[in-house]
Amino acid sequence: MDTSAKRSLLKRYSAFAVAREAFRQHTGWTRAWGQAEPKSQYDVIVVGAGGHGLATAYYLGKNFGITNVAVLEKGWLGGGNTGRNTTIIRSNYLQDPSAAIYEKSRSLYETMSQDLNYNVMFSPRGVMMLAQTQHEIRGYQRTAHANSLQGVTTEWISPERVKELCPIMNIDGPRYPVLGALWQARGGTARHDAVAWGYARACADMGMDIIQQCEVTGVQTNGGKVTGVSTTRGDIKCNKLAMVVAGHASVLAQKAGFQLPIESVALQALVSEPIKPCMDVVVMANTVHGYLSQSDKGEMVIGGGTDGYNNYTQRGSFHHIEETVRALVETFPILGRLKMLRQWGGIVDVTGDRSPILSATPVEGVFVNCGWGTGGFKAIPGSGWAMAELVAKGHSPLTEEFTMHRFRHGKFIDESVAAGVAH
Amino acid sequence: MLILNCPYCGRDVDETDLHAGGEAHLKRFGPGSSDDEFEHYLFMRENPKGVHFERWRHVYGCGKWFLAARNTATLQVYGTYSAQTTEPPQHILDAIKEAQA
Amino acid sequence: MRLTNHGRLIAKNRPVHFTFNGKRMRGYRGDTLASALLANDQILLGRSFKYHRPRGLVASGAEEPNALVELGRGDRQEPNHRVTQVELIDGLVARSQNHWPSLEFDVGVINSKLSRFLPAGFYYKTFIQPRAFWKHVYEPIIRKSAGLGAAPETADDHSYEHFNITVDVLVIGGGISGLAATLAAARAGARVLLVEQTAAWGGRATVDQPRIDGQDAQDWIDDTLAALATMPNVTLRNRTQGAGVYDHGYALCNEQLTDHLTQSDGPRQRLWRVRAGQIITATGAIERPLSFAYNDVPGVLMASALRDYVVNYGVAVGERTVLVTNNDDAYRTAIALVDAGLSVPAVLDARAVAGGELVERARARGIRVETGKAIAAVQGGKRVTGVRVCDQVGDGTVTEEIACDCVAMSGGWSPVVHLWSHCGGKLIWDDTQAMFRPDPNRPPLGADGAGFVRAAGTANGHLYTAESVADGFAAGKQAARALGFDKKVGAVPQGDCAVEDPMEPVWLMPANASYDKRAKMWLDYQNDVKVTDVQLAAQEGFESVEHAKRYTTLGMATDQGKLSNINGLATLAASLDKAIPEVGTTTFRPPYTPLPLAAITGVARDHLFQPVRKTPIYDWHDDNGADFEPVGQWRRPYAYPRGSETVHDAVMREVTNTRENVGLLDASTLGKLIVKGPDAGKFLDMMYTNMMSNLAVGKCRYGLMCSENGFLIDDGVVARIDDDTWLCHTTTGGADRIHAHMEDWLQCEWWDWQVYVANVTEQYAQFAVVGPKARRLLQTIGGMTLTKDALPFMQWTEGRLGDFDARVFRISFSGELSYEVAVPASQGPAFWDALLAAGEPLGVMPYGTEALHIMRAEKGFIMIGDETDGTVIPQDLNLHWAISKKKTDFLGKRGQLRDHMQDPGRWKLVGLETLDGSVLADGAYAPEDGANANGQRRVQGRVTSTYHSPTLGRGIAMGLVRNGPNRMGEVITFTKEGGGTQDARIVDPVFYDKDGEKQNV
Repeated sequence: MDTSAKRSLLKRYSAFAVAREAFRQHTGWTRAWGQAEPKSQYDVIVVGAGGHGLATAYYLGKNFGITNVAVLEKGWLGGGNTGRNTTIIRSNYLQDPSAAIYEKSRSLYETMSQDLNYNVMFSPRGVMMLAQTQHEIRGYQRTAHANSLQGVTTEWISPERVKELCPIMNIDGPRYPVLGALWQARGGTARHDAVAWGYARACADMGMDIIQQCEVTGVQTNGGKVTGVSTTRGDIKCNKLAMVVAGHASVLAQKAGFQLPIESVALQALVSEPIKPCMDVVVMANTVHGYLSQSDKGEMVIGGGTDGYNNYTQRGSFHHIEETVRALVETFPILGRLKMLRQWGGIVDVTGDRSPILSATPVEGVFVNCGWGTGGFKAIPGSGWAMAELVAKGHSPLTEEFTMHRFRHGKFIDESVAAGVAH
Repeated sequence: MLILNCPYCGRDVDETDLHAGGEAHLKRFGPGSSDDEFEHYLFMRENPKGVHFERWRHVYGCGKWFLAARNTATLQVYGTYSAQTTEPPQHILDAIKEAQA
Repeated sequence: MRLTNHGRLIAKNRPVHFTFNGKRMRGYRGDTLASALLANDQILLGRSFKYHRPRGLVASGAEEPNALVELGRGDRQEPNHRVTQVELIDGLVARSQNHWPSLEFDVGVINSKLSRFLPAGFYYKTFIQPRAFWKHVYEPIIRKSAGLGAAPETADDHSYEHFNITVDVLVIGGGISGLAATLAAARAGARVLLVEQTAAWGGRATVDQPRIDGQDAQDWIDDTLAALATMPNVTLRNRTQGAGVYDHGYALCNEQLTDHLTQSDGPRQRLWRVRAGQIITATGAIERPLSFAYNDVPGVLMASALRDYVVNYGVAVGERTVLVTNNDDAYRTAIALVDAGLSVPAVLDARAVAGGELVERARARGIRVETGKAIAAVQGGKRVTGVRVCDQVGDGTVTEEIACDCVAMSGGWSPVVHLWSHCGGKLIWDDTQAMFRPDPNRPPLGADGAGFVRAAGTANGHLYTAESVADGFAAGKQAARALGFDKKVGAVPQGDCAVEDPMEPVWLMPANASYDKRAKMWLDYQNDVKVTDVQLAAQEGFESVEHAKRYTTLGMATDQGKLSNINGLATLAASLDKAIPEVGTTTFRPPYTPLPLAAITGVARDHLFQPVRKTPIYDWHDDNGADFEPVGQWRRPYAYPRGSETVHDAVMREVTNTRENVGLLDASTLGKLIVKGPDAGKFLDMMYTNMMSNLAVGKCRYGLMCSENGFLIDDGVVARIDDDTWLCHTTTGGADRIHAHMEDWLQCEWWDWQVYVANVTEQYAQFAVVGPKARRLLQTIGGMTLTKDALPFMQWTEGRLGDFDARVFRISFSGELSYEVAVPASQGPAFWDALLAAGEPLGVMPYGTEALHIMRAEKGFIMIGDETDGTVIPQDLNLHWAISKKKTDFLGKRGQLRDHMQDPGRWKLVGLETLDGSVLADGAYAPEDGANANGQRRVQGRVTSTYHSPTLGRGIAMGLVRNGPNRMGEVITFTKEGGGTQDARIVDPVFYDKDGEKQNV
């Protein structure tokens, strides 16, 4: 314990450490996370080294002292949706179970940089969700009321206030004038890669193994209970298995012998060339299906809707990009003179009610975390926190409503009810 | 931007003229079915990374639903066929087998 | 500086004036902004992103990373234009970016002095404490110093358009291989579209002038273009860039239409949306920089770019150019410079031996060639003043200093594989030429599972003319053959050019450069990523190429790493002691160069943004002051304010007038579906929760529709038209959705049932005539008898009403005496006018959607979308009476049997009235004592709709409350907007005319 504490003190990141290294050609920096070989057995194996998987491992160690943990990743850590999203963080959800886990998450983002000793650049610049129909007004006002009882700070704001917060917006239509917005001042963005890297580094510091280029090819069970996994790097035993693989959850579940109520579709996003700061808030416009923020580099980061068909290619159809861009140019006319620098796609898994699954499964000892759809990034710390509790204790108040069998009971957690809300 | 052949029109149709309808060949379970059957019918999905039998509607065209066998990992389309079937026809299965050989 | 007697693309008799940073300059027609700036000795053109280092031109094409400027003024100001791609026109206004206060003196350059404190990823390690500082101190500073050009302030004043085209073969790139490909494919019989991103055809061959088919390349190009121009199956477009390749043969090409014209009216750009059977990427290759210390000083540029400037535009960067290379091709630049009368004091060739044909030609011109040599460092700040020379092998001990004002470098060539890769084409590493090239065995796959993209020419790794032109021709032929075009294509063009010695990869110059040198070798110019940054990434475990890229930002600038990617990869591979192909590449994503968002938008903006659906009397609404609200694609009148009246007052007036006199509502948007056939009744019994098969002809029935999940999705009145025909009304938003829903079940589940569904929503104008004087109004128009006995409540009839063909439904959504009259859409405006005229003495007024909502709420009628939200089942709304107990099955029945749906604790519909008559807040929740396991306040109900009722003179509301119907009279508390609470009493939801007498008169 002593040595590892000492080691991590030396490895601590700070302006002082950077200055110290500057005078020795940065030779003192060590690996952010180790290059681990799989051991033969772990208490818990987490499959998937994206944000959610790494956060699950981190809170298993931090909150429950479980550090004999491996995180297996078939590609490179943070290479899935964690590194492909538009980095929006908010918790202004309507339904209680959603608001609980997203607000937990948002509050963990507030202190994440200090907690992980890694600057994830959480920027609580405020998130507004525009109401552009009477229906949306009622939906968002309802959300504001619900939030006031859920411990989530949001408010309904006028079109004039919208314009004040986001001067580049055209609030006067002509087609869909802005009628107001749901405003969450402590929502914002963070640097997506840094979240994965920060968790990975912290997990490695606790002695966990992060094993990249290691694909799970099978799940081994005995008497309906998990005993381990087969991987491209050999068999590994475990007592518990957490599947946290977003778009590929169905593929992995199939290996464990069960189906999930999800489908995988492509979600696309794009960035413009960088320009000087012109927008200091995050805007989501659901009537026209688009969301927008400006990154610290100056790029306008734009997200849109999903394709309708099952897809694992990480590419999508261009007409969705067209629709999104049209909508945003209509709402933010100056965008017309910017250029799309890069577009990309990610594979998101979508459930019957568009809410996630954090759940025990038909296989004892196997837990699944998936179905975040288009809204997973904001949930990373909360999801990891809750999932760790579920894995460690078998239950968590944060995951109670998110079981994979809720549809069987007709117990939906439907967020689209507010106003067709995209995540 | 996919192209699928509408078996009713006999035409290659752009994705923008189509509406995707999810997994095909689901058997409906109504009143009298078990919770398991109903849950499976309405929610559990194959969602394969590979060959997917799925529903499409030529919505901005003839308006007909049809079915397709399509690979979700490569986007290859093995064939399209009538929606009025409960399982993939043999020529579609043959096309899949041939493509994967 | 401008050279005399040089510049094949410029017209020296056509001078052009422009300004750069306000300074007036002169160029010629045919110049790019880049060449014109060089002609005016403007070497310093911008500042880098992170260190604000002075930067000049490095390249001559789309790959330029440094020279980005802002163009235009006012409504046409646009940031981040690459000067290499801007054609010079008279009056052009350009400004440099990312500096303060000026380009010459930029205080941001302090970052450069501090660069040792700002290594790759430094911001992840710093700015962590104190917590509040990131948002309020650090981030604002970082944001301000980042970003390139200034944000525009107004909308774009130009217009843009889209063009859809289907072709057999799309050829991207109008160099010699693209031309050859087009020729072969077209001769075979295919329809071919050939696009070229620049104004000029022929690519690099026009600069280097090899020979093809015994002619000078330029002559062959001219002849080929002339031949293609006569072929009806060929479309040629220059100034058109292949921007992206997508699944199943979809491609985007963007055409520049007017930027090169001084005067123009038409669209500025045209986005070609291409569907191609086969795509040939003849996109050429890009020369790579070399990594030596201070390789970013203005005046250091690519050898091929310098050659382009000299040959095409007759401009040079300096008088004395030192050339540094690892290959023969670069000697062409030395030869071109000397032939133009400029001085080349030395060629530093990193290879131990150099003896190719071009090398010998250079030597023959007296050029000093030093082999095994390298640049130890470039001297100069805002401009090159000289180079320090060292051996390539070794650590950089300086052997000589050479004064010069320009350095031309060449590290070999990389094929442009972007468009090949966009849709999944894979690459292989070519060890001989040290480059990734397309792997012909792993092309992007189309719908049929076969490859649909072929790379050709230099883009396919064939750097020499003979191979390149032959490869292009073969690609064109194969593409056509793959599509079944089998006409003869003729002989393969024969190319001829100098024989070259092999290049030798040089990833670090000199080979054992010290840390201090490596810390000044730029890989990514725009983002300021240096060799040491990539090495640090590797050291810290960012081993995956994606990690290294994201950690250092290598290749993430606006040039997307066109110059830097391979050098960065090689540096990473060396750091990890791996082979380059083991490290792999990052993913190539569209577009090839940044694509204007306005071009993507096309004409779909302002009033063409989305189609507006209009009822037959939309124009009347518009002319009569309607305050519209969007409902789906429709715009419906919310109310009709008069004079200085507020919208709220108008709504109140409309309600009162309808209740007291008579009101008119344009209900044309309501969905109207004809369901017809022998099995139509059986089908509707499955669609609706209640029985429709037993509805008598001539009668109407209110029906509910649920999803298979049991949730209420739509409602409306169904009328039985004849024995096998029903007319189903849906909500406005439901028309298309419910039609599709019916088709889905008919086609995919009950396909043997004989039923036909037609959506006739827009074939009728339908108006509600509502209020105590409604019958009098219709009787004034005359025709049909509409007395209580002739047309009782919940029946319909049809016939002539005045001059109109009318179908009249005696139904009410307001609780008043009410008729809904449908006439053919074409008769709608005249009928509306007739209603207004006949109603004038009766005090008729139109009313909008809000009055409609209030009146239905006063009657306790539910509204889809208000009382329902996708999670509400009919039972929640006390609509048991509309759920058949007799039917064994209907959509939603099984779903409603699930335990949560049967839970007695579900919230149920009630009326709510405040104790003080005020209006409850929209969406308010009713908290109760205690908190749940997550610390959230428990709730027992919520408001679903709430209004001020002018009829009752107080607030009324409906809501869903736990066990509500059993708690009549109980007072519960609701949240208020902005805090506080409001008490309300649970009451019957029917506030007005509880016995329904008024609608039944």
